[in-house]
Amino acid sequence: MIEARIRKRFPPGPESAGFLLDVEFQAGPGVSVLFGPSGSGKTLTLSSIAGFVKPDAGRIQLDGQILYDADSRVCLRPQSRSCGYVFQNYALFPHMSLRENLTFAAVRHARLERYRAVSEMLDRFELGPVSGRRPHEVSGGEQQRCSIARALIGNPRLLLLDEPARGLDLPLRAGLYRVLRQVRAEYQIPILLVTHDLDECFELGDRMLVLREGCLVQTGTPSTIRERPASIEVARLLGLTNLFRVEIVALDPGRDQSRLRFEGFELSAAYLPGHLIGDKVWVSIPAEELRVTSGTRPGPNQASARLVRACQRSQSVRLEFEGELSVDVPRAEFEKQKHNKEWLIEFPAAALRVIEGGVTNENTR
Amino acid sequence: MQSAGLMQSIDWFPFWLSLRVACISTLASLIIGLWLAYLLANRTFRGKELVDAAAALPLVLPPTVLGYYLLVAVGRESAFGRLYEWAFGQPLVFTWQAAVVASMLHAIPLLVKSARAAFESVDRTFEMAARNLGASEWRVFWRITLPLARRSVFAAGVLAFARSLGDFGATIMIAGNIPGRTQTVAVAIYDAVESGNGSLARSLVLAISALSIAILYLANRIERRKQAA
Repeated sequence: MIEARIRKRFPPGPESAGFLLDVEFQAGPGVSVLFGPSGSGKTLTLSSIAGFVKPDAGRIQLDGQILYDADSRVCLRPQSRSCGYVFQNYALFPHMSLRENLTFAAVRHARLERYRAVSEMLDRFELGPVSGRRPHEVSGGEQQRCSIARALIGNPRLLLLDEPARGLDLPLRAGLYRVLRQVRAEYQIPILLVTHDLDECFELGDRMLVLREGCLVQTGTPSTIRERPASIEVARLLGLTNLFRVEIVALDPGRDQSRLRFEGFELSAAYLPGHLIGDKVWVSIPAEELRVTSGTRPGPNQASARLVRACQRSQSVRLEFEGELSVDVPRAEFEKQKHNKEWLIEFPAAALRVIEGGVTNENTR
Repeated sequence: MQSAGLMQSIDWFPFWLSLRVACISTLASLIIGLWLAYLLANRTFRGKELVDAAAALPLVLPPTVLGYYLLVAVGRESAFGRLYEWAFGQPLVFTWQAAVVASMLHAIPLLVKSARAAFESVDRTFEMAARNLGASEWRVFWRITLPLARRSVFAAGVLAFARSLGDFGATIMIAGNIPGRTQTVAVAIYDAVESGNGSLARSLVLAISALSIAILYLANRIERRKQAA
């Protein structure tokens, strides 16, 4: 269990804007993903926990042991924090073989036991056949497994991973996810993973911490955050499509209905509890839940729109309409409709998701 | 026959003495120079840039000025001189050990400059990783920083050796010119030229030139291999 409250200020310099990191979170066993755009303080948070950076204020506690406490002036050296750290570029020592890299890290094992512990670790991470080679002589996947093995051989109480999948191609990524799932199953320790890749959050994350400009803006399981982003900023970070500000013009709890108005036309949606008529709220509409047809006369819950462009994607085609409206259609569907002159977009009532917190957020802006 | 007789008459003692002085001076300079370079590369402390400037001073000061400072610092009247005399039973000045001290003064700046640059060029993440894995600062230096900077450090050591071989000014001031005891090659050549012993001067000049060229060639090769690796 890691409990951290970290505050670190970088004053603005001649070439850089100032930055303030101010986060507080707890994480138990399992993978907690630190997600956020570049420069949001993810890596700085990891470095503070590992002891490479000293925060200005706060307190970091791992399994009850204080690693850092500003009030009592405790700041353990990185050597005595027992946090495994996997660096972005792996930082395998280039002048040592893979076995020597692991042996270097196995100082906490008794001398006689060390060789066996290292061999066991090499086997577990399928590095046995290449253990005598230097890092530059093995594949990227092997380097990556070796760096994870090296971080784990000292039996850390916490594993920190700094964008381990950055710059990896898809097969290597899949391999990494497999290894990390195996680590999560075998080690009952908290794993903090920094990433700005959304797929990675869903692939690996038991919990997700969303960082923005040095602050934690939302925590929860990845699916909860995706379904109910706490604010419009989080929704944007998650890459949610079709974010619109709508006004509630009618609410009918009896028929589980509501009517929303935006940009000149009205839509029916499910009843929105906790809101009043006249409220303006943010809604998001998943691009894949919209439908398109050909036609000129919009029926109920339909709107006509002009196609700006069609983007080919690996699995589907994204149609971008005027007014920043995007619709994902399956490839086959697009083939049928690609000669449409007039487009109608249909909004199924269930597709609209209200972003709670959007109201308050707008007022504070 | 004549040339053989000439060769026999040449006293090679200064040559061997210079080699011995250079070896000991290089070893001692490595210890002090690497330690200083490590401090300058890794620690922040007050007056750090002043230490850096002071370490480079012997490169620019006239050798006689250095010799004068040394006489003041390690002479028989100085605190260090008394301590040395008490410990070894003889004064330091005007012995071949004093020549070692004079040589070190030239070797250390070269080492500090190159070794600091070499240590700073080592990717910090390797050192951070080592600390994260529980290695002490001592272990980080010996197992990570020094091995990763080894080629530059070795090349710097070779240069320091070459520089130690040829010191003249400071040496003559604190070790003197005692033939068979403190007369190093540089001093012997000066002495030979002054006393009109041309063949001795020529032999020593050729020998020391050949050795220096060989050493510099070696240092360059090491540097080049570093770039290739």
